[in-house]
Amino acid sequence: MSQAMNPPVLRVKNLSKAYGGVQAVSDVSFEVAAGELLALIGPNGAGKTTCFNMLNGQIAADAGGIEFEGRPVRGLKPREIWRLGVGRTFQITATFSSMTVRENVQTALLSHHRRLGSLFSIATRQHVEEADALLARVGMREQAERACGVLAYGDLKRVELAVALANRPRLLLMDEPTAGMAPRERNELMQLAAELARGSNIAVLFTEHDMDVVFSRTPTASSCWPAAN
Amino acid sequence: MLLGRNGAGKSTTMKSLIGLVRPLSGEIAFAGRRVERLQPYQIARLGLGYVPEERRIFTDLNVMENLEVGRQPPRENAPRWTPERLFELFPNLGRMRDRPGGRMSGGEQQMLTIARTLMGNPSAILLDEPSEGLAPVIVEQMARTILELKREGLCVLLSEQNLHFAQLVADRAYIVEKGQIRYSGSMAELAADDAVREQYLSV
Amino acid sequence: MTASAILIQFLNGLASASSLFMVAAGLSLIFGVTRIVNFAHGSLYMLGLYLSYSLFELLGGGPLGFWGGVIAAALIVAVFGALVEVLLLRRIYHAPELLQLLATFALGLIVKDVALWVWGPEDLLGPRAPGLAGAVEIAGRRFPEYDLFLIAIGPLVLGALWLLLTRTRWGTLVRAATEDREMAGALGVNQRWLFTGVFALGSLLAGLGGALQLPREPAQLFLDLSVISDAFVVVVVGGLGSIGGAFLAALLIAEIKSFCIGLGDVTLFGAVFSFSKLTLVVEFIVMAVVLVLRPWGLLGRAPAVARSSGAVEPPLVLPSPKLRLAGLAMLAALVLLPAVFSGYTLILMIDIMIFALFSVSLFFIMGPGGMHSFGHAAYFGLGAYGAGLLALKGGVPMELALALGPLCAAIGALAFGWFCVRLSGVYLAMLTLAFSQIAWSIVFQWDAFTGGSNGLVGIWPAAWLASKEAYYYLALSGCGLGVFALWRILYSPFGYALRAGRDSPLRADAIGIDVRTLQWAGFTLAGLAAGLAGALYAFSKGSISPETLSVPRSVDGLVMVLLGGIQSLTGPVWGAIVFTWLQDVVAREIDYWRAVLGAIILLLVLAFPGGLAGALGRLATRLSGGKAAPGAAT
Repeated sequence: MSQAMNPPVLRVKNLSKAYGGVQAVSDVSFEVAAGELLALIGPNGAGKTTCFNMLNGQIAADAGGIEFEGRPVRGLKPREIWRLGVGRTFQITATFSSMTVRENVQTALLSHHRRLGSLFSIATRQHVEEADALLARVGMREQAERACGVLAYGDLKRVELAVALANRPRLLLMDEPTAGMAPRERNELMQLAAELARGSNIAVLFTEHDMDVVFSRTPTASSCWPAAN
Repeated sequence: MLLGRNGAGKSTTMKSLIGLVRPLSGEIAFAGRRVERLQPYQIARLGLGYVPEERRIFTDLNVMENLEVGRQPPRENAPRWTPERLFELFPNLGRMRDRPGGRMSGGEQQMLTIARTLMGNPSAILLDEPSEGLAPVIVEQMARTILELKREGLCVLLSEQNLHFAQLVADRAYIVEKGQIRYSGSMAELAADDAVREQYLSV
Repeated sequence: MTASAILIQFLNGLASASSLFMVAAGLSLIFGVTRIVNFAHGSLYMLGLYLSYSLFELLGGGPLGFWGGVIAAALIVAVFGALVEVLLLRRIYHAPELLQLLATFALGLIVKDVALWVWGPEDLLGPRAPGLAGAVEIAGRRFPEYDLFLIAIGPLVLGALWLLLTRTRWGTLVRAATEDREMAGALGVNQRWLFTGVFALGSLLAGLGGALQLPREPAQLFLDLSVISDAFVVVVVGGLGSIGGAFLAALLIAEIKSFCIGLGDVTLFGAVFSFSKLTLVVEFIVMAVVLVLRPWGLLGRAPAVARSSGAVEPPLVLPSPKLRLAGLAMLAALVLLPAVFSGYTLILMIDIMIFALFSVSLFFIMGPGGMHSFGHAAYFGLGAYGAGLLALKGGVPMELALALGPLCAAIGALAFGWFCVRLSGVYLAMLTLAFSQIAWSIVFQWDAFTGGSNGLVGIWPAAWLASKEAYYYLALSGCGLGVFALWRILYSPFGYALRAGRDSPLRADAIGIDVRTLQWAGFTLAGLAAGLAGALYAFSKGSISPETLSVPRSVDGLVMVLLGGIQSLTGPVWGAIVFTWLQDVVAREIDYWRAVLGAIILLLVLAFPGGLAGALGRLATRLSGGKAAPGAAT
């Protein structure tokens, strides 16, 4: 909490969502500041992903407010929220399987630079260095030429992270970033997230399903640092 | 008991046992027969029951119909189940026989998916993360049910990442990590071995 | 209309709904459990009708001949369906769904030619139903007794199906497998026999639907395609996999059609409007409206999980220098071709080039765009008619008409595409089919403007392009540039964004890509290219008919793309070459060319589930000593 001196990048107030009578998220409020790493903790099915999906506009909230850098964003589409500077990763990785690792990042960069309408330039020759720099940051530079369809699970998570960083976000949403990873991989990734938060002054919000720690049906937000620190 | 984190390979192991995923190599023997080349329905008919992680209830079918799909003839060496016997084990289900699977809570669905598998009168069942996403009260109820099944003489292979739950029900444990078995031993040994727990199961 | 006329039209609608419902229910059942869209379902209906005709005579007429014939015909069709499932479909359950569609389409071709061989090309009108040959008086009008019988049989079949599905173990298993066949298998349900049983039941319903029409409509060879498109519409309007939905949709469509016929010519705002002519399109209009309002049909639900369409596509690789050289050599050969060949070869080559462009434009939206279109001929036809009408009626010079024709197609694609990109999967495919059918009927019925069924004649190129050689070069440059442009776009940021939207709409949306708008643009571009192919086609033939935008033309395009393989840029070109050449050679040499074509397609599907280009790629790999060749090169 000591990091939260800056004004909050993301402010969530009384966010709620119900699915056909089942209250998935109810009355959740929290804030994340630039340079802060915040975890949403709760067991599977507690509503963390639902919460995330509301934050980036994928599903509509029933009630509550979401402000990004002081601007209300509830009701905007995912692509509009992304343009404002919010990147995210998914619990089940979502990458473009018919493209190479580098092309995944290049596509995001082309979108960021608003060049996707171009019909006659060669996409793979655009933003190569920028893409490689991002890949180097997540430790995927060596695998840049490989097809995403054949990557290992942990590596896909890294590619997603590089893609999520392409628009130089001020807020990064990471949904279960370490699920299915070995302890070492996990520490490395959280180390990286911590570096991003502090080094680039990004606000990082991630979810965690540590059932042994919290046994509650409601997600609670808590500020934390990876164990390795 | 298979222990391990998300994505460690537990579910894939279970799916290849029942034949939903074809193993690249290796042998699977069940009830004295090689089964790795058989279709899922053939393996199921040998008496191996499978309860998937995602539950996969038939949401259009009501409780009785869900049980009907699982029904197979009785087997010599296995406990025999009828809907009535199952409703003794899961009294909740007995009260909602005509309710469609899609309109049941997560816990009720988890009960139904186990009951449905038992209708095949299996001699062994695979339970893939039965405690996932369930409230603590229901998890305890689940543990009692599994102990009950063991008393009936059923062989249960459980996959879990919840160590507490595992300790309640399991006798022996294998720890799976990156698709390989990294540890095997009795549940009591594992409970006493802090180093192993730290290495593979720490969260 | 008077009250009694309204009643009679209402009853007429009910009577027509019964057979429609039976065919659609069978189609829906089969799709629900096996996930196969059975394109041959109309052929089963046709077979039922022909068989009941022959069995009536074979059994010596009379009540036994009629009723025995109807039941026996339905049973024979059921056995046939079971055989098809065991011998053919079992081998392709794991193939991509489009390939399954192609296989059932090929089966339909074979059935059609067998029917032609057995029963000949003439329409066969069946006998009246013994015992129900008369008419009863209803509200002062005479109404056929047999139609009353049909009105009763629809709900009876619905009830029987409902009982079967909810009250028997078999039905419970069918419903379970419809929802999650893998899980049903893991519970010990043998899917093989379940699938065979469902296919036999679906075929029985189609056969019965056909056989019962014996006293009402003559057995004709075109019935397969017309019935399958009707049945598709009913299934899609009702909601895939929903039997109740199929019944509701069959009623709705049959009633609307019946009232359109009843209304006839009506004067609206001083102009005569022919409702009876509307019957050709009204069901497609209903479908378009329903799909836009309720994307999964009246009683359907959103599909739970999208099924993966087979193997993961390898990344797109820029053509290697060697491949570029090969491409240039091919181009040079094409440029030099008129020096060696003339006459018929040139005409065939022009056709091949035009269809190559058509096929690549369809591939553009189906492969990288991920939008399966069953009505791509609409844009081919709009291009052809746009150019033809401008030249003939607008007095526009041929060169300008050739340029403006494709624009007409693009405008059509822009309008239709707006609706289409709101849907996906089978629903999208059906909506594209609906729009092409609407375009077709407008052209077909607007005699004064489009020449109706006779089409337009005298669409000739400008004098300097009149010789076959000159036109060959025009087609080569037009089609060459079109194909090259489409390929080039796939390597551009736009092409990447298009594939991104197909690979993962979730991720695409999360990196700022407006997937729908992008698909809309892609759809329009493909329409423009198909329109160019159509315009070139119009001037090469000198005449066009509604055939150019008919469903069979759309299916031709599908066959070309799928034959070539949907994961390769060159695939659709190879597919177009092989298909156009085969059609030309086989159709000229053999009477039963459809059956031969169908058999060839079936063999190709069974032998090369990855398409021709994939097979050629593997062969090339083997020949060049096992060095990995990029699957999607050039």
